Amino acid sequence: MSVNVRIPTILRTYTDGSAEVSAEGGDLREVIANLDEQFPGIAARVIDEAGQLRRFVNVYVDDDDVRFLDGLGTPTKDGASVSIIPAVAGG
Amino acid sequence: MGSAHSLKCRECSARYPLDASYACVECFGPLEVCYDRVPITRDSIESGPSSMWRYEALLPVAPGAGHRPGLQPGLTPLVRADNLAAALGARAVWVKDDSGNPTHSFKDRVVAVALENARRLGFTTIACASTGNLANAVAAAAARAGLESVVFVPSNLEAGKIVTTSVYGGTLVAINGTYDDVNRLCTEVAAGRDWGFVNVNLRPYYAEGSKTVGFEIAEQLGWRLPDAVVSPVASGSLLTKVDKAFREFTELGLVQGHATRMFGAQATGCSPVAQAFRAGQDVVRPVKPDTIAKSLAIGNPADGPYALDVVRRTGGAIADVSDAEVIEGIGLLARTEGIFAETAGGVVVATYRKLLAEGLIDPAEEVVLLNTGDGLKTLDAVQPTHGPTFTISPSFDDFEDAYRQVES
Repeated sequence: MSVNVRIPTILRTYTDGSAEVSAEGGDLREVIANLDEQFPGIAARVIDEAGQLRRFVNVYVDDDDVRFLDGLGTPTKDGASVSIIPAVAGG
Repeated sequence: MGSAHSLKCRECSARYPLDASYACVECFGPLEVCYDRVPITRDSIESGPSSMWRYEALLPVAPGAGHRPGLQPGLTPLVRADNLAAALGARAVWVKDDSGNPTHSFKDRVVAVALENARRLGFTTIACASTGNLANAVAAAAARAGLESVVFVPSNLEAGKIVTTSVYGGTLVAINGTYDDVNRLCTEVAAGRDWGFVNVNLRPYYAEGSKTVGFEIAEQLGWRLPDAVVSPVASGSLLTKVDKAFREFTELGLVQGHATRMFGAQATGCSPVAQAFRAGQDVVRPVKPDTIAKSLAIGNPADGPYALDVVRRTGGAIADVSDAEVIEGIGLLARTEGIFAETAGGVVVATYRKLLAEGLIDPAEEVVLLNTGDGLKTLDAVQPTHGPTFTISPSFDDFEDAYRQVES
């Protein structure tokens, strides 16, 4: 299943400056693993040593914060849109 | 840039130059301003401007900020609230009344520091995601400084806060969504625009402005620290920066070391940090806000984990109160002290009352309550419960009859 991933500015060094890339995977964990195959090292920027999403990263699948869904286990349907966004804004 | 020399990640300590960046490239952690230690004395502060710029040596700004175009916020009243204390059976209560700022909230402070950095970095447009008070502050500061402004707010804000932003000119974008939706959109917009988003790419500088609330409390108490502070918690930034201010003043020898306990106040309808505190967790699970305290309605608070750290380290707590208690809190402060707080101030007063009742604050402790905004901006919250005592015809007899009933 192919999904569209929006890459934040601070990770675009991995994607040759691309703001949007395609990735494969049936859930978020698989999508991030596939991103890492395409852009080695990118997964470690998003996921910590314990295998969890870093606490200052927000990830959205089709506009829903995955922490309201199943976290890394959130399903990603074909054509879904995944956004990775720094969490430290606002307030 | 004054005594500031770099940005540092709060999570992994990676260092960055003082540019428009806010998240660590290594770990997404928030960046914080680092300073060289500067010589500063009570005298040098007291002889400074009658505004927050008296503390400019401790902020990321070039010297002379008070002479550049801006709203010159700060040095708001610290009101000794004996009537409120008596009503609550407490010994010594003060209200730091930041409704006295130019656009009537503490947000003028953070915007003032962000504006200095926007100018330094060459931005000609300043922008923000806001729950209302920040919107006012950004639009007004941009007007004074001759910059463009683009302000993003949730479309369901109080009418007062829409009007009091729009009136300053600039572009006001209402979003059909929550503050967290607005914030997310702004993070995406900020990445592609050459704008100074005060609470996105200028956030490390912006957040430092909140320290001046703490500096002023210490100076206005006569160069000492209170036993406890009750702060509203939205993103959690204000609470952590007031604590930081107290620690900086202590390290500089400007006040005697005194462990001020920091307490956080949230509305139950948006209380992710209070919930994490009660559950003993150090991560904050986001919530979808539903409260009249719209200025605190941040469901995914950026500084929530740090606010938890601070209250635990200082022996404080974070509690929450219902919307009905918020309205009672607004009324109590207004009736006892003549201070009309916005809903966030009602949250603080009601939470203080609850913390006293639960024994988490001792009535003998000297407490400072933060009122961060003006009740005139959130009239919708109190309109249903406040109105004329009676309405009569312009007749002397009608008045005498009606007033007798009120007296009895």
